[in-house]
Amino acid sequence: MSTLMENTTSSPGPETGAETGGGMGEIPSFDVTLRIRRYSPETHGDEAYWQEFTVTAYGTDRLLDALHKVKWDVDGSLTFRRSCAHGVCGSDAMRINGRNRLACKVLLKDLNPDKPILVEPLKGLPVKKDLVVDMEPFFASYREIMPFLITGGNEPTRERLQSAEQRERFDDTTKCILCAACTSSCPVFWTDGQYFGPAAIVNAHRFIFDSRDDGAAQRLEILNDKEGVWRCRTIFNCSEACPRGIEITKAIKEVKRAMITRAF
Amino acid sequence: MTTTQTQAAAQLPIENPGEAYKRRKTTRGNFELYSWVFMRASGVVLLVLIFVHLFVNLVAGEGITAIDFGFVAGKWASPFWQVIDLVMLWLAMLHGTNGMRTIVNDYAERDGLRMWLKIALYTAFVVVTVLGTLVIFTFDPCPADAPANLLPSFCTA
Repeated sequence: MSTLMENTTSSPGPETGAETGGGMGEIPSFDVTLRIRRYSPETHGDEAYWQEFTVTAYGTDRLLDALHKVKWDVDGSLTFRRSCAHGVCGSDAMRINGRNRLACKVLLKDLNPDKPILVEPLKGLPVKKDLVVDMEPFFASYREIMPFLITGGNEPTRERLQSAEQRERFDDTTKCILCAACTSSCPVFWTDGQYFGPAAIVNAHRFIFDSRDDGAAQRLEILNDKEGVWRCRTIFNCSEACPRGIEITKAIKEVKRAMITRAF
Repeated sequence: MTTTQTQAAAQLPIENPGEAYKRRKTTRGNFELYSWVFMRASGVVLLVLIFVHLFVNLVAGEGITAIDFGFVAGKWASPFWQVIDLVMLWLAMLHGTNGMRTIVNDYAERDGLRMWLKIALYTAFVVVTVLGTLVIFTFDPCPADAPANLLPSFCTA
């Protein structure tokens, strides 16, 4: 501990941070270095490059706050997506220290600020600029599984009722916010981007097991594809990456089981 | 608040960053389903077959010292062991080839490389399976022109 203090105080330059302030009731702060993988073809050519920014952060700051500090105060050209900033919209999924996370749900103090924090765009999707990726491949397979209610027969004159147990059956997969953290954490998806990916299967699961929906057979047919559920290798990367804690691998397994029951 | 900036060395470029996404035509069918079920079923059967094989060949009776041309010929004189070994050979080859096929699909990124790896894989499958099947049914412990010191004792009798 003493060596650490010594290093901090003896380091030259302006990076003293707020630790030296020491006023009454002051919130403790620390310096973090973000090592951001940037790609800006207009100004820096076709090569992606790493750039480091050191900012002062507080214990309550999330990675998104540090990115804001960089964008607003240091380098306005840094580009990333964010909308609600509270873990609901799913815009700011990115690769943080090698793991797919939402920047708005990761506290800096949990990331070991002693080392630079690696921030990269999602893997397996084409990079547009800096941390912004083209989500089209992700949404293309989402559209393919028909993520809407399909019903047959006459329109009922009242609501389509459902028991609490029937609702519980697919409750977990209703939580998806389409952030792409799962699909872009899947090595099978990285290979050639043809695999439907965990998110598409999760959203198919949400309707396949909905008692009000009649499109299960169609959706199972769509996912019974060379690039469908059978490319899942059950490595649990998706479940680990999901910011909503959806048991994705389990959902994929349930879809597989429904297909096998249908085939035999 | 203070900040510093350092320019880090450029790393590997992002492959084709602006490339448009192309989803190939659908490839629906039950083949991958049956292949998935086969892998689990054959895996369980192979587990039994392989440990029976290891026990009978290496542990039972005189153990590992008993293995020679004569031991193998003795086993294959019985249709029971012929069928057991044939099933083991075919299941192991199909299971292994299918596993390698999925690994090639997962790791080979270019279609051309994928095709050539699969051609090599299927060629190896055909050669080993055909040769193995042939040996199980036509095994001769005393080939006519083999050197005498390599043959089991009963050949000269």
